[in-house]
Parts: sequence; structure tokens; C-alpha cells
Amino acid sequence: MARTLLFIALAAVVFVALPFVVPSYYVSLTTKILIFALFAMSLDLLIGYTGLASLGHAAFFGISAYTIGILSVKLRMSEWVAFPAGLAMAIVLGMVFALLALRARGSYLLMITLALAQVVWGVAFGWRTMTGGDDGLPGLRRPAFVSDETSFYFLVLALVAASTVVLVALIRSPFGLALQGIRESESRMQALGFNVWRHQFAAFVIAAAFAGLAGALYVYYNRFVSPDFLHVVRSAEVLIMVIIGGVGTLLGPAIGAAAIILLEDIISSQTQHWLLALGIIYVATTLFAPRGLIGLYRERFMARRKP
Amino acid sequence: MTAPKALDVQNVAKNFGGVRALTDVTLAMAPGERLVLLGPNGAGKTTLFHSISGNIIASAGRISLFGQDITQLAPDARARLGLARTFQITNLFRQLTVFQNLQLAVCGAQQVTFKFIRPMTQYVGVRERAEALLTEWNLTDVADTIVQNLSYGEQRQIEVVMALAGDPKILLLDEPTSGLSPAETHRVAAMVRALPRDMTILMIEHDMDVAFEIADRIAVMHQGRIIAEGDEAAIRGNKQVSDIYLGVE
Repeated sequence: MARTLLFIALAAVVFVALPFVVPSYYVSLTTKILIFALFAMSLDLLIGYTGLASLGHAAFFGISAYTIGILSVKLRMSEWVAFPAGLAMAIVLGMVFALLALRARGSYLLMITLALAQVVWGVAFGWRTMTGGDDGLPGLRRPAFVSDETSFYFLVLALVAASTVVLVALIRSPFGLALQGIRESESRMQALGFNVWRHQFAAFVIAAAFAGLAGALYVYYNRFVSPDFLHVVRSAEVLIMVIIGGVGTLLGPAIGAAAIILLEDIISSQTQHWLLALGIIYVATTLFAPRGLIGLYRERFMARRKP
Repeated sequence: MTAPKALDVQNVAKNFGGVRALTDVTLAMAPGERLVLLGPNGAGKTTLFHSISGNIIASAGRISLFGQDITQLAPDARARLGLARTFQITNLFRQLTVFQNLQLAVCGAQQVTFKFIRPMTQYVGVRERAEALLTEWNLTDVADTIVQNLSYGEQRQIEVVMALAGDPKILLLDEPTSGLSPAETHRVAAMVRALPRDMTILMIEHDMDVAFEIADRIAVMHQGRIIAEGDEAAIRGNKQVSDIYLGVE
């Protein structure tokens, strides 16, 4: 307990001091890491805690980004309308996905979520008048009160920290324990009197909402939205972040997000073949650290302390 | 007959494609009665069990619990009416601790569900009941052990304890002693015998001694039908039963 508090205090100091210490390029990079950490944590609520594998998580991220892009750029609406609308669309899409996909499990669920997300991608790609098609929607401005890198960083930091607190509370609540029970055995949960479907539906919608928040932050970060936001590659990338960091923990996906984004930053500056490197990293992780970086750490260091 | 039957299975049938797993099964249990289902593999015992617990919906017939029709209800709705079950193949939350397993069982029984905000630890009623179960069944030492690290015998015991968390009105035990050593079998049988007398218990059992030890009444199934019902003497004396099931005895 004391160690956890110390860790949190230390992390708070580091994150708050960061923009005053490092160049703005790294502030921007850290902002991106925070956004993707939130995105990965939201996916892990589904995969790691509820046991529902999804390969369509970018749809929630992307629809929120597109909603904000369209409302702001095409319809000239204020961010106070666009931002909540983005989150609302992610939640609605989460409900639609859950209604359609929750009849399947395992790899079939992966296929259905993938197919549904590709439908959303197809709409973004094809509906040129609204979405700009392949060219995307350039020209989005950040809200005036967070126009510079540092203040935007603090906005993202505050929202991601608040979201993490909510997710931690959720996981420690009876609802969170019930999700883990569902991951372990749906039939036992039913026999105990739990309505499994309703729990899974709620988990899906909550995960979609946080993915939508990440997408909303990312579109302001990027000032641009394109079909890449929704693409299966993005769903796969966030899935890999979760797996590399460690499934079934909240810290793991955040670490996975940091690792992937830092590596992408370093490797992309040297070569065009980032996706090749990502594939190698993924294979190496599944071979040598199947429980992710967190699992590796626990096996190496925790095992010795607790015999 | 004024008091409703604890369990009333009327003319239930179940077809899987062309296979008739259950044919016209009728079975009634009085409150507090202990009935053991016997029968060779493939006789339809587990199918009947699943039809009662709701994991399978019967193709025909009617099932009621204390006078209430449950034929079409989902398993969780039946659980909330006071029906609890165990599984033939151990079905626990393997990667959670024993205490967390019991917490979930108690949450289900007390309907502490969809509580998003306060941490689990603050639900005193759930904790106290889970701790009482730990003490009652001598599980305090393994409370923080991950279930998959327990021995098979311990897991089979927890399988039963999970079903008892909510003081069910009717308990379905699907071969609670399957795969256990004689000593462990004896312990589980003693555990079942010591349950409150007002709890209605329906049990599938392969071990004859355990069956006769626990049962008030025995029903024998064969090829999807109930072919005999009665007390120990009636079953032992039944020619058809000894032909198909008791064999050499």
C-alpha cells in the first residue's frame, strides 16, 4: 500500500515537472503516450478483465475523432458541443457493437468486431463530402485555452489521470470483480444469479466511452482526422500495446503504449519499416514474455520477495 | 396437497437434432426431500439437470419451482429464485482467490450487482458472509490461494460451497464426488449429509454407497426416461434396474 502511494506520488511529480524540464518535442510525445495509454486501458477492460477479445476498438476511437472533426471543421461548431458529441457517438456505437457482437465468443468475436469496425472505416473512406474520404479532414484547431503544447499536455494529463482513477475504482468495485468472474466462467456466473449479458454489455459501452475519450483527445492532438484513425491496423496496434504491456492489469497496457510509441518514434526516424519492427516485437513478446512486460517484471522480481 | 412441490418436472422432453435425450420425464420433489438420480452414462441425467437449471431449455413439458413456472427462464433468473447448482466438471473462477470466488457467490446470492463505485471491500455484508463460509468449511488457510493452485479435492469441495453461499432452497449437485479418492468422497458425502434438512437436494451420483447414504428416494434413468423410483430396497429389488445398471450385484 505504502509502495503504491509512493509510486503514484513519484509518477505525479515526474508528469507535472516534465514540461518544464524537457524540450517541447518530448512533451508532445508524452501527450501521445498518455492518450494511447488511455486507449489501451479501455481495451484491456474488455480483453483483460471481461475476457472479450475485440479487434474493432479503433472504431470507437475513430468515430469520436470524426464526430469532432466534422462538427468543428464542416459545421463550425464549438468544442463544447463537438467534444461531448464525440463521446456520445462512441457510446452509441459501443451499444450497437455490443448488441450485434455479444452473441459470439473468442475468435468469432474478434471477426465480428473486426467486420463492424471495417464498416465504420468504409463509411469514413467513402463518404467524401462529409469525411473528406482518403484525404481526411484537415484544419481542426485546438480549443483556445489549450492552444500551446504545455497547456494541452496538462489537459490530457488531467483527463487521463481522472479516467485512470475511474477505471481503478471500477475494477475494485463489485462490478469489476463480476467482470473477472465472467472472464473465468460465464456459466458459473449465471448459476450464481448474475445476468452475464448485461455485465458484458456495460463493459463494452464503458470501454467504448474511454476509447472515445482517447480518440477525442487524439484528434485535437493531431489537428487532423483520416480513415487511419479507424483502420484495423490501429485496432491491432492497440491490441498489441495491451498484450506487450500485460493483459489483465491497468498499468500494463499503459506501459505497453509507452513502449510502442517510443519505439515507433525511434525506429521510424531510422527506417520506413516500422510495421515490420512492430511484428518482430510482437512475436518476441509472445515467445519470451507471454504475460507482457508487467508479467515479466512480476516473475523476475516479485517471485523472489514472496516465496 | 396444499404446499407446492419444491420441484415439479412434468412430461419434459429434449431433442438434440434427431437424438432424443429426454423422453416424457416426470419427477416431483417435496420440500426438504433428497433425491438421487442414478443411471448409466448417456442416460440423460445431466440433460435433465441442465433443463432444471436453465442451461438447456426443454423442448416440451413444464418445470416449476415452488409452484412457479420456470420452463423458459434463463439460468440466472432461476438462481435468483433460490436454485443453486454445482457442475460435473469443476467450474470455478480459476485465476481468482478462494475468497474472491466466495465473494462472487455471495454477491450473486445477495444481488450485489451493478455496483460501480465503492470498492468490494466496503460491502460488509458480502465480506461477513464470505468469511463465515470460509470458517464453516475450514477454508480460512487457503482464503488467499489462487483456486487453480488448489488440489482437485479442495476444488471439488469449493464447488459445493459456492452453491451454498446463498442458502438455496433447492440444490442441484452434479456428481460432486466424481474423480475423488475414497477418503475425499467420504468427506464430501458427509458434507452433503450435514446440510440443513429443509434444503431440497437433487443429486446425480455414480457411487452407489454415497447415493444410498444420502438419498431419501432414488430415481433411475435409462435412455432418456425414468425407469424406476423408490427407496433403497425398491431400487435394489428392481429387476430392470439390476439388469441395466447394477449389473453383477
